[in-house]
Amino acid sequence: MSLILASINYWVTIILMIGGLYIVVAHGNMVKKLVGLSIFQTSVYLLFLSPGKILGGTAPIISEKFEVYSNPLPHVLILTAIVVGVATIALGMALVVRINEAYGTIEDDEVHEMEQD
Amino acid sequence: MIRDTIILRVVIKLLLPAILLFALYVQFHGDYGPGGGFQAGVAAAAAIILYGLVFGVSAARKIVPQKFLFSLIPIGVLVFSGTGIVSWFFGANYLDYSPFGSDSKSGQHLGILIVELGVFITVFSTMLAIFYSFAGRSEILSLDGDTDK
Amino acid sequence: MVAAVIGVIRSRNLFVVVMLGGIYSFLMATVMVALDAVDVAMTEAAVGAGMSTVLLLAVLGLVKTREAPLRHSPFIPLLVCFLTGAALIYGTLSLPPFGRQDTPTNQHVAPYYIKNSVKETGSPNIVTAVLASYRGYDTLGETTVIFTGGIGVLILLSTSRRRRLKQSSDEDSST
Repeated sequence: MSLILASINYWVTIILMIGGLYIVVAHGNMVKKLVGLSIFQTSVYLLFLSPGKILGGTAPIISEKFEVYSNPLPHVLILTAIVVGVATIALGMALVVRINEAYGTIEDDEVHEMEQD
Repeated sequence: MIRDTIILRVVIKLLLPAILLFALYVQFHGDYGPGGGFQAGVAAAAAIILYGLVFGVSAARKIVPQKFLFSLIPIGVLVFSGTGIVSWFFGANYLDYSPFGSDSKSGQHLGILIVELGVFITVFSTMLAIFYSFAGRSEILSLDGDTDK
Repeated sequence: MVAAVIGVIRSRNLFVVVMLGGIYSFLMATVMVALDAVDVAMTEAAVGAGMSTVLLLAVLGLVKTREAPLRHSPFIPLLVCFLTGAALIYGTLSLPPFGRQDTPTNQHVAPYYIKNSVKETGSPNIVTAVLASYRGYDTLGETTVIFTGGIGVLILLSTSRRRRLKQSSDEDSST
């Protein structure tokens, strides 16, 4: 029981990560792949943030009322990572739009067949 | 995208200043509460995007012209990296804001504000430029169709 | 959250997929508030649930909105995913437990930031102080990445092949 409570955050992260990975690997639709990629990305945010949480601590904004604060360093890293993440996802979507204009489809199997013909 | 839904239009017009004001609050209150350049940039861009979704992209382009926006993108990065170069002139390390103020603490505070402004400009203009290019894509394609005829 | 992910896997209608992605992002923002990361939660709610969803919907306006059925059997991807998951769960057994102050993660530079940021930068929000001052280089790099991503999208989407051909043919005829 104590083991479950001690590492539940990692397990949730892994379940989400595997869900994202499965979407990216198994599905051929590129928009769905992008959604899967962002789910995978979000699970990494969780992986970074959860070890920084201190039970009984509070958000890292200094105030005289509180003594214990959670670790601010992962927050900084993930804050920038989120905005960079949306910039890269937008780049991927731009590629999807151009692929759709060139091939008329966004399924990667069909694009592959057209390339072989 | 333009539909005659008067409720939507009135509510958006009421909400727009509130969202922009909130973005500025998040930007300049970022030292004391949660917030900063990244969040404020996204919130301000979201306000313009909301307007663009309801009134059409051409109406949004009237508020923030596209050329102005494209020149904002590099300006944000230049503000950030220029701050580092200014601290060279004060004899400090790159991105060390201590000599900006009378003492190290106020200098750091001023430096953080300037850098956050650079981040705000970059994020706001990039997000809005991405939205413009996605939403304006169909216009470009229809222009192509016209040139064929 | 897990239910939203399963919904994304099962659904073939891409509008449903995008909307479930937005719901997932909002749930993630709530979890982040519970983990004391208020700045990050704010960003995730604005960026993940707001911006990404709007951009994906804009893309769906340009492409087909139904997903084709799977052609291969999903057995091999499932096997790969389960093996990866099992290996990762085995790896968590040696990671530090959740929510303790004496773990290595919370011992390195974080106490220094918490103790000195108000003294040195005058900013009570430690996240902002670290973001802009102590780790200014990181943030400069991230800003440059956003800049580059934006430029890439503009290059990909703001030109069209036919118009470029037309322009070059105009130039040829004028010379």
